[in-house]
Amino acid sequence: MIPRPDPTLETLVLNMGPQHPSTHGVLRVVLKLDGEYVLEAHPVIGYGHRMHEKMGEVRNVSGFYANVGRMDYAGALSFGHGHVLAVERMLGIEVPPRAEYIRVITTELNRIASHLLWFGAFLLDLGAFTPILYSFDDREYILDLLEHVTGARLTFSYFRVGGVNRDLDERFIQGTRVFIRRMRSRFEVYHKLVTGNVIFRKRVEGVGVISPDMIRKYGATGPVARGSGIPYDIRRVEPYSVYSEFDFDIPTFPEGDCFARYRVRLAEMEQSLRIVEQALDRLPDGPVMVEKVPKKLKLGPGEVYQAVEAARGELGYYLVGDGTDVPYRLKIRPPSYSNLSLLNELAEGVLLADLVAIMGSLDLVIPEIDR
Amino acid sequence: MTDVFPPDLIRLIVSFVIVVAFAFTNAAVLVLVERKICGHIQRRPGPFEVGPHGLLQTAVDGVKLMAKQMLVPRNADAGLFRAAPILSFVPPIAALIVVPFARMLQVRDLDIGVLFILSLAAVNVLAILVAGWSSANKYSLFGAIRAVAQNVAYEIPLLLSLLTIVIWVGSFRMSDIVAAQGGFWFAFTPMGFVAFLVYFICGIAETNRAPFDLPEAESELTAGFHTEYAGMGFGLFFLGEYTNMLLVSAIATTLFLGGWNGPAFLTTAGTGFWATVIQTLWFLAKVYGLIVVMIWVRWTYPRVRFDQLLNFCWKILIPISMANLAVTAVWLKL
Amino acid sequence: MIRYFREIFEGLWSLLVGLKVTGRFALAPTVTTHYPFDELEVTPNYRGHIDLVVNPKTGKDKCIVCMMCQRACPSGCITVKGQKPEGAKKRVLTEYRLDFTKCSLCGNCVEACPTSAIEFSHEYNIAGTSRHDFHYDLVERFRDRCRTLGVEPKIADLTPVATKPKPEREKTESQGDRKPDG
Ligand code: SF4
Ligand code: SF4
Repeated sequence: MIPRPDPTLETLVLNMGPQHPSTHGVLRVVLKLDGEYVLEAHPVIGYGHRMHEKMGEVRNVSGFYANVGRMDYAGALSFGHGHVLAVERMLGIEVPPRAEYIRVITTELNRIASHLLWFGAFLLDLGAFTPILYSFDDREYILDLLEHVTGARLTFSYFRVGGVNRDLDERFIQGTRVFIRRMRSRFEVYHKLVTGNVIFRKRVEGVGVISPDMIRKYGATGPVARGSGIPYDIRRVEPYSVYSEFDFDIPTFPEGDCFARYRVRLAEMEQSLRIVEQALDRLPDGPVMVEKVPKKLKLGPGEVYQAVEAARGELGYYLVGDGTDVPYRLKIRPPSYSNLSLLNELAEGVLLADLVAIMGSLDLVIPEIDR
Repeated sequence: MTDVFPPDLIRLIVSFVIVVAFAFTNAAVLVLVERKICGHIQRRPGPFEVGPHGLLQTAVDGVKLMAKQMLVPRNADAGLFRAAPILSFVPPIAALIVVPFARMLQVRDLDIGVLFILSLAAVNVLAILVAGWSSANKYSLFGAIRAVAQNVAYEIPLLLSLLTIVIWVGSFRMSDIVAAQGGFWFAFTPMGFVAFLVYFICGIAETNRAPFDLPEAESELTAGFHTEYAGMGFGLFFLGEYTNMLLVSAIATTLFLGGWNGPAFLTTAGTGFWATVIQTLWFLAKVYGLIVVMIWVRWTYPRVRFDQLLNFCWKILIPISMANLAVTAVWLKL
Repeated sequence: MIRYFREIFEGLWSLLVGLKVTGRFALAPTVTTHYPFDELEVTPNYRGHIDLVVNPKTGKDKCIVCMMCQRACPSGCITVKGQKPEGAKKRVLTEYRLDFTKCSLCGNCVEACPTSAIEFSHEYNIAGTSRHDFHYDLVERFRDRCRTLGVEPKIADLTPVATKPKPEREKTESQGDRKPDG
């Protein structure tokens, strides 16, 4: 129940959001406070609801390409990846290997961009203003690269059923190699400026500890789960696309606090760089699109569930077809929704400032929750 | 003439006008300096379009702030709400009266100079409390509560560190303290250095600047105690903050960094015009050097948490400054 | 006791390291672009709103008024109209309107076009005071662009012809790999 103000009690009801600097969008959290201590926190969602799932059920598959990027603007390509993989699986389309490699390269770059955005925003939540500018400096390189290949900087609409929209060129490949070198040297700056900082450590260590049991109870995934020592990564447990061909680690940290989640994400960026590097080395030649994609993609009858590892965790597309080219049902399982549901339990008894840190460490993207 | 306008009164009025003008100029310059430094730290140029290299940006912002309507929220206590900004910027300006900019450039050399400044600086917390309470906003109220706890706690190590110097010199008078540093500056003695460090940290906390900007903590309390202020009400808080920074740095300079004394041979203790100019320049150079460090610190660190802030004060700063004071007292007795 | 002091010193040290990082960057050159004065080069693949492809030699368009783009658009922002001039076999494009307020830049229209008659423009400095400013008449834009290219626009040409030459058709590519002008 959302708490209501009660003048007879010594508690205060505070409405954090929908417009608040650290709710990153339009999340509203109703807090019941005793002084600075949070007694209850109730997230209220739906302010950014745009009926993406319903749109997926009234449009044909190609009409939905543009929607996927709008759900998670920080990691749009993972959302596109899940969508096209689900449809391809239903139709039994075999994608040319070059297209799959391109998908992996761009998705991993996008994952780094998403984590960089999170890094900056998290530090902003903790009151440090400068790191976001440094991480955006790096992120800008990724966006330039992705813009060069997809034509857009945020909502890419790049993946197509049967391949990708446009081939990579030499400039992208060279640029990506330069970026990988640059990014590796930048981690040192981040560690010096932030990871080692005593104020930062005191703000995140032991704050918002999530036990593995809680992770299982709420179905949290992604860096949140891996920050509690659960090595659950769809790329490893249920390999899709060509991920099984690469050598990369799944970083996990057992502490379960904000600092563990922070370290998971920083380590993941390094792993993503490794994947991109390997993929660039082995990039096969060939077409980037299946020869013949039927004009009308007749879906089903049947159903598929395709999960991918988005930047925030497990992203699932559940697609039901009834023989027409418009899906009968398109259910999306966004990662942030489950991760947000932890907040209720995590927030009990923490300080207001810690609540902000916890919310930041969960890496919530509100449009993806509201859809 | 002299009967109607005693020269002392004229002198006081003129100096007061000069001090106020100085405070305003200082704020205007500091806003720009802060934005420029912040910009360059973040690898961007900061304000750049208005005037050459953005030099006139503050003027434009000032006009904008003045042109804006100052809204008073419906449930606010209108009188207090309007009084708070004034309360926040008048005391630091008044405190500038006893600051010795040069040997001959000091409005009033009170024999309780240090005490005078400290008591006026303490009014700042009252301004924040009034602002936060009268706004009738929960975020503002939190800001006010935090400000009171923070400032009360940090005043103790601040006073203890200043006391170290005061017992050393044996006087509260600013000019005596400066004169005692003709040969060496207190910040370059072990006890003086510790006291200086403690004082500087407390000074940042007293001016409510990052990493101790809890009363305004943007990501937690939107804007804290000045959430509801717009236009010049907000502008005056800003003015107060920058004047406070100036004051904190001026005290640090006077008490720890030799005041208007320059380093060894570049100094002059004269009373002539040029000597005064040189002394003033030394003084301002040190003051603004400290302010730049404060700005630099602000754009580097995350914010501390409320309980950590108090723990830091009670468990680290107060014991250290007490020990420091004791060591100084023993050393002076020997 | 030793731990107490060690913590203080380590903490202070980490703070100094942080100051060193920001201090170094403060003295390094800035990385931003002063936008209205310097502009970055826009990648040739940039997706702005769509435009009709101009043949820079003849000033003709390539549209055959097949309506594929209009049908492919998920947001319904394209309106295409054509007419048959007297005596001609094929329809001629007379009206091509784009409601850019609804466009999501998905690229379906460009991919659907069998003759590669539309392309993405590189316009990104787009501003307007009302939403009607974003209802583009692409035929009109086509004429303007022809003039800047210095060719006589031959679009929506409805003069009756006895035998109109077949519009040159390009090999259709299903993935819509668009070709440069001409
Ligand atoms: S880009 Fe997509 S939304 Fe825009 S006009 Fe073309 S098909 Fe329609
Ligand atoms: S799909 Fe191409 S040829 Fe067909 S109407 Fe549209 S622009 Fe013209």
